[in-house]
Amino acid sequence: MSAESLKLRGRVAARLGDNVNTDVIYPGRYLNITDREMTAEHLFELAYPEIRARIQPGDFLVAGKNFGCGSSREQATAALKYSQVGAVIAVSFARIFFRNSINLGLPVVASPEAVERLQPGEELEIDLEGGSILNLTTGAALKAAPLDPRAIELVTAGGLIPYLKKKHAA
Amino acid sequence: MTLAEKILARASGRDSVAPDEIVVAAVDLAMSHENADLVRKSFLEIGVARVWDSERIVIILDHRVPAESEKTAATHKALREFVHRQGIRNFYDVGRGGICHQVLAERGHVLPGMVVVGTDSHTTTHGAFGAFATGIGATEMAGVWIEGRLWFKVPATIRIEVDGEFAPWISAKDLILHLIGRLGADGADYRAVEFDGPLIRRLSVASRMVLTNLSMEMGAKVAFTPVDDTLLDYLREKTGRKMPTSPEYEPDAEATYERVLEIDASQISEPQVACPHAVDRVVPLSELGDVPVHQAVLGSCTNGRLEDLEVAAHLLGGRRVHPRTRMLVIPASQQVLLDAIRLGFIQKLIAAGAIVNPPGCGPCVGVHQGILAAGEVCISSTNRNFLGRMGSKDSRVYLASPAVVAASAVAGRIIHPEEIVKEAVA
Repeated sequence: MSAESLKLRGRVAARLGDNVNTDVIYPGRYLNITDREMTAEHLFELAYPEIRARIQPGDFLVAGKNFGCGSSREQATAALKYSQVGAVIAVSFARIFFRNSINLGLPVVASPEAVERLQPGEELEIDLEGGSILNLTTGAALKAAPLDPRAIELVTAGGLIPYLKKKHAA
Repeated sequence: MTLAEKILARASGRDSVAPDEIVVAAVDLAMSHENADLVRKSFLEIGVARVWDSERIVIILDHRVPAESEKTAATHKALREFVHRQGIRNFYDVGRGGICHQVLAERGHVLPGMVVVGTDSHTTTHGAFGAFATGIGATEMAGVWIEGRLWFKVPATIRIEVDGEFAPWISAKDLILHLIGRLGADGADYRAVEFDGPLIRRLSVASRMVLTNLSMEMGAKVAFTPVDDTLLDYLREKTGRKMPTSPEYEPDAEATYERVLEIDASQISEPQVACPHAVDRVVPLSELGDVPVHQAVLGSCTNGRLEDLEVAAHLLGGRRVHPRTRMLVIPASQQVLLDAIRLGFIQKLIAAGAIVNPPGCGPCVGVHQGILAAGEVCISSTNRNFLGRMGSKDSRVYLASPAVVAASAVAGRIIHPEEIVKEAVA
């Protein structure tokens, strides 16, 4: 991800409620899948298969508070990333999910107004560094928490693996 | 400073830290279970030859033991080869350990003041040992395996002081479910929780582990119970680790808290039950109505310890599991199983019609050993009741204390333990 792409454009694929947990995002029965790309096949499999079918590359998901609560399973983040979700915008995130997302290079944006002011189908522009969401469909501008410089560095590098690879290259 | 702040200050080489500061802390212990395979893959991808300190890494197989599929068998095999190559001696293979959190505790891996990270959300459990212990993801753990340190945002602390007495049949599980119901699934998100007060100090180490374990279900980053004689005696007697008391393991009297809650445990007048499909949908048992159960599960890192099996053996001794219900007992570790055999608990449970699974996570994560069919209902002493957690998305899991699980297994529906005890007297 280049510095310019700290601005993301995409469409809201779906709007979810509060406390979307990691079992809902990625069922525990598939935790023995350790190939990250393959996790995408099971995104929302039990709870929202229709949402998984609807996601187009670069689409955003909007959710309420505490998105990603529950298990530390990184597959929950991987399944979203490799389903080509462009970013998750939520009122708030559970802390392990938030860290996993930064570490795998999936943009996560906390915005208290996310749920009330964003609808499926709307086009958005997100400024990760500045901390804002522009709703291109309605013209509304939303506040969002800017990602801190450490997170920007990781997301820009494509995640922790490329970041550490570069850092520890012999 | 609070205890969380003190430990992070020490581990990051600073005199003091305050909430929301970012610090880089040295990690004392890094634990993983089967997902060590994901860590291993990220580690190999990064391309560093050796882990930072093979003595500080612990790997414990527990989620799928013994291997339930060829795929898992290959994962276990890859990990055996990896720990051998890296010289990681603290590896607990099938039949040598049990659930990771129980094994860390009973083998003396965790001591007060440590920074512990684990690729399991319930790593918060180890705050019962005075450690700053929290869950992280697999790729982040690969970074720890390489660098031996990690960045943390210093959490604000919620202090929960508990006084009063538990009513009969009320336990630590009911207290923490009550708190989760009150504070919500994100009530302690990004926060540290300090439990203290006269009642907490009277609890066994096993019961304290229930509180710190389930604090995760209100989002806590870490949770602590006091480092007192009860804990130091446990460490000395069970693990041979002699630790002095130290102000380092206590919050300062003038520590700043985001919030202080005072709880009178006597007010929790009946068992608490978390309803499907959220841990914070908690009600007192009498508000449930009639809920027949097909399966009762006693086990997990939350409630699979000796005292949990004891209460179940007490209630099931001389009684029978209901004909339309099956009861699964999963001791948290090989040691718990051995002790439960020695004390006669296992014989009572089997005689009552329960099946005893091998120590491990059992059906809690929904992969094997007790999966629910569509339409089935389970009462469980585990920690999560999310949609599809234990099997079909059309099954339902209720969470409660070991006493409620055992009594419900006898009654075939969710029931207050005193009802079956009363029957016996009548």
